[in-house]
Amino acid sequence: MDSIVLDVTLYAVKAILILDNDGERIIAKYYDNTFTHLKEQKQFEKKLYDKTPRSSADIIMLDSMTAVFRSNVDLNFYVIGSSNENEVMLNCVLNGFYDAISTMLRKNVEKKYLMDNLDGVFLALDEVVDGGIILETDSTNIISKVAIKSNPLIQNDDLPLSEQTVVQVLQSAKDQLKRSLLN
Amino acid sequence: MAFVMMRRDKKDEEDGGNPFKNIEKATVVQEARTFNDQHINTRKCCMILTKLLYLINQGEILATVEATETFFAMTKLFQSKDVTLRRMVYLTIKEMSKLAEDVIIVTSSLTKDMNSKEDLFRASAVRALCMITDGSMLQGIERYLKQAIVDRDRSVASAALVSSLHLSRENFEIVKRWVNEVQQATSSDDHMVQYHALGLLYQIKKNDKLAITKLVSKQARHSLRSPFAHCLMIRIASKIIEDDEDSKGSSLYDYLESCLRHKSEMVVYEAARAIVNLKSVQSKDLSPAVSGIVIEQVAITHPLSVTTCNLDLENLVTDSNRNIATLAITTLLKTGSEASIERLMKQITSFMSEISDEFKTVVVDAIKALCLKFPRKHLTMMNFLSAMLRDEGGYQYKKAIVNTIISIIEENKDAAESGLGHLCEFIEDCEHTSIAVRVLHLLGKEGPKTLSPSKYIRYIYNRVILENSPVRAASICALAKLGAQVPSLKESIVTLLSRCMTDSDDEVRDRATFCVKILQENSLNVSVFGLERALMHYVKTDMVEPFNLKSVPVANTRTESKADVPNVTTIQKSATATASKQDLLAEQLARIPQFASLGPLFKSSDKPIEVTESETEYVVRCVKHIFQKHIVFQFDCTNTLEDQLLENAYVEIEPSDEFEVESTVPVATLAFNVPGTTYTCVSVPEDMDLMTGSFVNTLKFVVKDCDVNTGEADEEGYEDEYVLEDVEVYPADYMQRVLKSNFAASWEELDSEHQSEETYVLSSISTIEDAVKEVTDLLGMQPCERSDKVARDKNSHTLLLAGVYVSGDDVLARARFAMAQGQITMLLTARSQNETPLALVHKAVG
Repeated sequence: MDSIVLDVTLYAVKAILILDNDGERIIAKYYDNTFTHLKEQKQFEKKLYDKTPRSSADIIMLDSMTAVFRSNVDLNFYVIGSSNENEVMLNCVLNGFYDAISTMLRKNVEKKYLMDNLDGVFLALDEVVDGGIILETDSTNIISKVAIKSNPLIQNDDLPLSEQTVVQVLQSAKDQLKRSLLN
Repeated sequence: MAFVMMRRDKKDEEDGGNPFKNIEKATVVQEARTFNDQHINTRKCCMILTKLLYLINQGEILATVEATETFFAMTKLFQSKDVTLRRMVYLTIKEMSKLAEDVIIVTSSLTKDMNSKEDLFRASAVRALCMITDGSMLQGIERYLKQAIVDRDRSVASAALVSSLHLSRENFEIVKRWVNEVQQATSSDDHMVQYHALGLLYQIKKNDKLAITKLVSKQARHSLRSPFAHCLMIRIASKIIEDDEDSKGSSLYDYLESCLRHKSEMVVYEAARAIVNLKSVQSKDLSPAVSGIVIEQVAITHPLSVTTCNLDLENLVTDSNRNIATLAITTLLKTGSEASIERLMKQITSFMSEISDEFKTVVVDAIKALCLKFPRKHLTMMNFLSAMLRDEGGYQYKKAIVNTIISIIEENKDAAESGLGHLCEFIEDCEHTSIAVRVLHLLGKEGPKTLSPSKYIRYIYNRVILENSPVRAASICALAKLGAQVPSLKESIVTLLSRCMTDSDDEVRDRATFCVKILQENSLNVSVFGLERALMHYVKTDMVEPFNLKSVPVANTRTESKADVPNVTTIQKSATATASKQDLLAEQLARIPQFASLGPLFKSSDKPIEVTESETEYVVRCVKHIFQKHIVFQFDCTNTLEDQLLENAYVEIEPSDEFEVESTVPVATLAFNVPGTTYTCVSVPEDMDLMTGSFVNTLKFVVKDCDVNTGEADEEGYEDEYVLEDVEVYPADYMQRVLKSNFAASWEELDSEHQSEETYVLSSISTIEDAVKEVTDLLGMQPCERSDKVARDKNSHTLLLAGVYVSGDDVLARARFAMAQGQITMLLTARSQNETPLALVHKAVG
């Protein structure tokens, strides 16, 4: 870690991972060529999981990479960047993603609920980072882009309404905004 | 909703909470055919797409055919108007764009979507479209993308900008044309659009330094909204500052500095990092930068400037995140002054139990560095380390501590006593075999140098009783070392070791037996490397005869004279130095193929013989290597003429009598002042009388003149020669010194063997002392039982000499000197297993 002039690039995120309590992959999205093969990826995930302290949020340095993580019950969320990356920036991505998921699952950030809403999680992930470039870190914006499942304009009978309505989403977003303002 | 949840719950119990756990690729691909159904079941299709994404995500590899088939089926889903489904389709298109063939068939659908009224479709459609498009297609949609970049909808603009950035990697020329739109987007009100636009703009203009500088100073003046954009600007600015020193760096630097007061933490951090990373940074500039955020890196590169922020760091030591606290502490330790150490140590101790092993190791390393920096503080450190040793911890952690203590002991003699004490206590209860072995080895090495080596015996012997076999074996070696170096303890250690000779483990038993034997006889004065070589050689033979230890080169006998305790260290050093020198020579010889067949090396002459004057054109030294039936002369030549290059140099030997030159190994080139070595091998005649003599040597070579400055040599050279001084081979050359601790016993042993006796008058020598020295040198044997020390004012003296002849026979000689009427008479009696050495002895004296 000598003095390095950081590369000027928007490609800040190397990977976003969600691992379960056994270190198994639930979602893994790699944005660059650090790990091309599944085996390398899995190895990395295992190493990362082993290094993950049992606290709710922290930062891990591993193989010249920086990983910020948050965990809840049986899920571990990671955002990974190069070791020269701005950790605060990575954390910002992590929090945006996590909060969006949290809102989407109505604070039940648990594996079971996550699996039930996997489509939403995929969409949210897609909205947070695009090919390594940070797209959006504001959870309200992410939610508004994703959780639009029950668009009232489109009538569909067999849609089982597993999601909230727009009104609900907006309400919860407002709540969150209020809370963050109060803090 | 609740109903769905309930249904899942039931299912979860069956498959362990993961509804996707047991899905298979084939099934999903099969299911994907329902996409072709007349009536699209949105929920079901959504589920299938999710499964598909999940599979890809898990690293399942779809074959191209499967992928293409599924992809085509998926295109049907564009008929559905459901937003979620459509977005899942976009997502799947992106994921599958690299797997399936002919993905461009969805271009028209996507183009339609990106121009539709539904904003929610448009952003995703842009991204999906750019993912599947290639250079040739790009021109077709270029118009739409340019529009999208300046779209009023923020997500569409962002999507277009990010996608353009991806595209610019391969289609830079096309993307470059959109610069005006991108420029316009930089003034967007939205944070992310601004960030992405600046990123793309930089990408487009990055080769135009002036434009970039302008860009930064313009954006720096306008207050950017997005913290991300700020970070980007900081990076660009620091890159510009780094790239050219004389630039208008100061204004950019002011910008960096102003960012330190930004309200976003992210920006402050980025700026701080950028500033400390600048090579030209002044220490006064650093102080504001580091306030708040710890980067250990800073401590390494700018230790002095960090010192000023030590106060801030101390606050961080109490941070609830132990990782940060540890980094803070180690930073403090690295920069701290001697006075503050004790206080810091206390603080570390307070939370040491709460941090992970890895960070503990970091702390230990920091302490190690500290100990070397402030040797006087070793007592505090040592106590701290020993406390850490007693705590719980993994192998790596303990190893780090033990290593640290060991290096402290090695560096700092004052710390040795307490350090060894701590280590002794540690091995009393150590579960890691390799660490215990390491400590025991150290005890063996360092223990004898301490004031009271005896106290370590108890610790070591406890290991013998309680531990597993590797530790026992190591303990025995450690004990033996103590015994060998501390004469007063020898007897008791032999007793202890004898008890181990019945150990259940082979290795332990062998070592114990070996050590007891060595300690009792006090003689295995062979050089280790010599022994190794001889054994290797022996293994290659058919091993009919038992191995003869006497064929092993004898180590310098001084190694044995460890009785002088005060000088132990110096003696050991010189002994190892000479031993290794000889071993080095032998090693060199062994590598020359011509000499491989000569058998093991018996002896090399101690000091090189100068065969030229030291101030001549060529300086040559000779070393004699004695083999069973050959002598190899090694000539170390140095060319002292700057304007000459010697090639193919070798020494031609004209041997006397029966010697025959067998081979020479020339040195290819001798450049100015670069020593080279040439060897000449001669065979030794059988006849004892002819084994000695002098050799006339001539150095032969081809001279090439060369340029003094460039060192380049002429192509043409001429042959030349240089007469060297003669080299003598003495009888002593065939004799190796050996120390017999009990000369009388050895003498008796050879009673029945050959003996010869003769009387000489030493007319040229006036004192007994000189005579003893002279005879010892002539015979090349080792004086035993201190018989080389002549008592004063005595008229008679007996000199006892021992040696090994080149054939491996023991040779003992007893010389009785008597002084009468100013003349010295010597009665020389020699005994050996063989005739030849005896004759040699007498020849040497005569």
